[in-house]
Amino acid sequence: MNPVDLGMPMVAPRGVGRLRGDESFPAAARVALADEQLRRNLGHATSTIRAKRLAVVSELDDWEQLRRAGETIKAATMARLDEHLVRLEQAVMARGGVVHWARDAAAANRIVTELVRATGCDEVVKVKSMATQEIGLNEALADAGIAAYETDLAELIVQFADDRPSHILVPAIHRNRSEIRDIFREHMPDVPADLTDDPKALAEAARLHLRAKFLSARVAVSGANFAIADTGTLLVVESEGNGRMCLTLPETLITVMGIEKVLPSWEDLDVFLQLLPRSSTGERMNPYTSAWTGVTPGDGPQVFHLVLLDNGRTATLADEVGRSALHCIRCSACLNVCPVYERVGGHAYGSVYPGPIGAVLSPQLTGVEDNASLPYASSLCGACFDACPVRIDIPELLVHLRARHVEERGKEHRVPSAEQVAMAAAAWTMADGRRFARAGRAARLMRFVRGRRLPPPLSGWTGSRDVPEPPQQTFRDWWRDRDGQP
Amino acid sequence: MRVGLFITCLADTMFPEVGKSTVRLLERLGHDVTFPEEQTCCGQMHVNTGYQRQALPLIEHHVDVFEGCEVVVAPSGSCVGSVRHQHASVAARAGRTALAERATSLAARTYELSELLVDVLGVTDVGAWFPHRVTYHPTCHSLRMLRVGDRPLSLLRAVGGIDLVELPAADQCCGFGGTFAIKNADTSTAMLTDKMTAVLSTGADVVTAGDSSCLMHIGGGLSRLSRETDDTTPRPLHLAQVLASTREESA
Repeated sequence: MNPVDLGMPMVAPRGVGRLRGDESFPAAARVALADEQLRRNLGHATSTIRAKRLAVVSELDDWEQLRRAGETIKAATMARLDEHLVRLEQAVMARGGVVHWARDAAAANRIVTELVRATGCDEVVKVKSMATQEIGLNEALADAGIAAYETDLAELIVQFADDRPSHILVPAIHRNRSEIRDIFREHMPDVPADLTDDPKALAEAARLHLRAKFLSARVAVSGANFAIADTGTLLVVESEGNGRMCLTLPETLITVMGIEKVLPSWEDLDVFLQLLPRSSTGERMNPYTSAWTGVTPGDGPQVFHLVLLDNGRTATLADEVGRSALHCIRCSACLNVCPVYERVGGHAYGSVYPGPIGAVLSPQLTGVEDNASLPYASSLCGACFDACPVRIDIPELLVHLRARHVEERGKEHRVPSAEQVAMAAAAWTMADGRRFARAGRAARLMRFVRGRRLPPPLSGWTGSRDVPEPPQQTFRDWWRDRDGQP
Repeated sequence: MRVGLFITCLADTMFPEVGKSTVRLLERLGHDVTFPEEQTCCGQMHVNTGYQRQALPLIEHHVDVFEGCEVVVAPSGSCVGSVRHQHASVAARAGRTALAERATSLAARTYELSELLVDVLGVTDVGAWFPHRVTYHPTCHSLRMLRVGDRPLSLLRAVGGIDLVELPAADQCCGFGGTFAIKNADTSTAMLTDKMTAVLSTGADVVTAGDSSCLMHIGGGLSRLSRETDDTTPRPLHLAQVLASTREESA
């Protein structure tokens, strides 16, 4: 807003929140791949949810039109994001809400911490929210002596186990029911002594535990799935009803929302309320859709704060190709269909945003070099693009971010990498038919390495696969011989 | 029809039988095949690994070489995908508008083999004879980038003597993904293992596909498995090789 602030928008800062992993994707994936239990849990869960999604999506004749509508609305909204956000702010304030602008994770954490402190409370209940996971809000509140209680069942499991979420929708997807039973037994203070691993019994135990929290909480923190600029209305869609409890019972509600979540009007919402549940949980409709507009005297929270979070989103918006990652509605359909995610799980991606969308979103929020291995964490099979309800061309974005990485690395390092040298040599050879023909004939020399293991990085291939035996004659030499014959 | 053959760099240097079969098949169906000898590579490996600037001369070279052809065919879904979905946009992003337009025009008349046969030449029974148990793996780029759909299967179903068996979880990636197989070798291998398990479960003698690259990956895994277990494993064979087979000359 201030002209002196103009310039390159800032990426999400280091040292706060969870957008960066401790190690590269291939290293983290190696650990995950060795965990047989994890692979079984993931394989079972993703194939179940994939089948559910496919069934409800194929019911709709106009699914492709809905996807195109979703894509168009998001692109149009992003093109005038500044205007919609200011309209949203004005509408929320007009209805008695307070709006805060947070440039990054640190600012958002500071704002929320101060707001909670001002209420005199030292605990909050939480609605499942990716934005607050992204900024590491629970940790920031804990540092300030404020306990944050997750109320979504899977988030509760993750929090009890001092674990990290591994999926956008089902953060405990890496756990099976007997592991969950053990976690409850160990960490839930009021756990029934004879708790079994029956899903119903587990849900009931969580329900009783959470009910006490809902009834005593005075402050709730939520995220938002959508915000309507026209009226200043915020929405949360969910399955369990814990969100409804948090959004209605406490006196104070603080919502942290990424700035890309805004929609211009209720007509736009129509499209997304059809796209989201079918893509996300594989349901025709989600059980609970909560909408609130500012504060309503005598009904629900009497104090409402909306924290609008940038944290690298404006920087993402500045990339003409990459910006479509901001269209994501966090359904997680791309995770469920991704063959890479299915095998390594969410933790390998380092960021709270795993899977294909994480591989294109996290590097943009943090700057590509801080998550440089993520754009390569895909075989570009394209299943994610097909599943995406707003048609984000994730493979194209992955390739684009790889190019950004190669360019940025080239600027930073004066000495080219072995890969850069190899790629340049290959490009030189392949830019000319005769040079390429000579190189093709030379490939026959590979016959001598048949069956042997090649040196790194090609050992990545020969670790598990044989190298085919090069032919005696290339195709073009065969063609020339044949062509020469009468 | 006069068809320009874009052999692809991989088939040219490593799998020439795929090219020979494509030529034999098209000539058997009464068409002329030309082979522009200056051709090299579509540049997909460069683009997909992040080297778009280095790919630009390859794209320009490809357009120069094939521009004169009325119709171009490649025995690869992936390389046709690169021509159709990457060439123009890489050129446009580099500010090469004229090249982008030429690339778009060439892409519109570049076909993957099954597309050429079914859509352009209007044939599903190519008169092939291949009396073996065969399973078909639809490669990701032919499936999701080109949307070849069941064209390859309709061609295979018409092959004489064939015992075509369905591949379980066929739409799952084999884990190749170009440099992905090397940069993320462990994940790639986990995907390959599941693909091999599916292939083996069919009891097929031959696993076929429209891309030499994916077949090199699946075949490389099966070959390693065969050596480690002293057991025979299904033979990888390109779709062109199955379709080119006759009673007299079989792949």
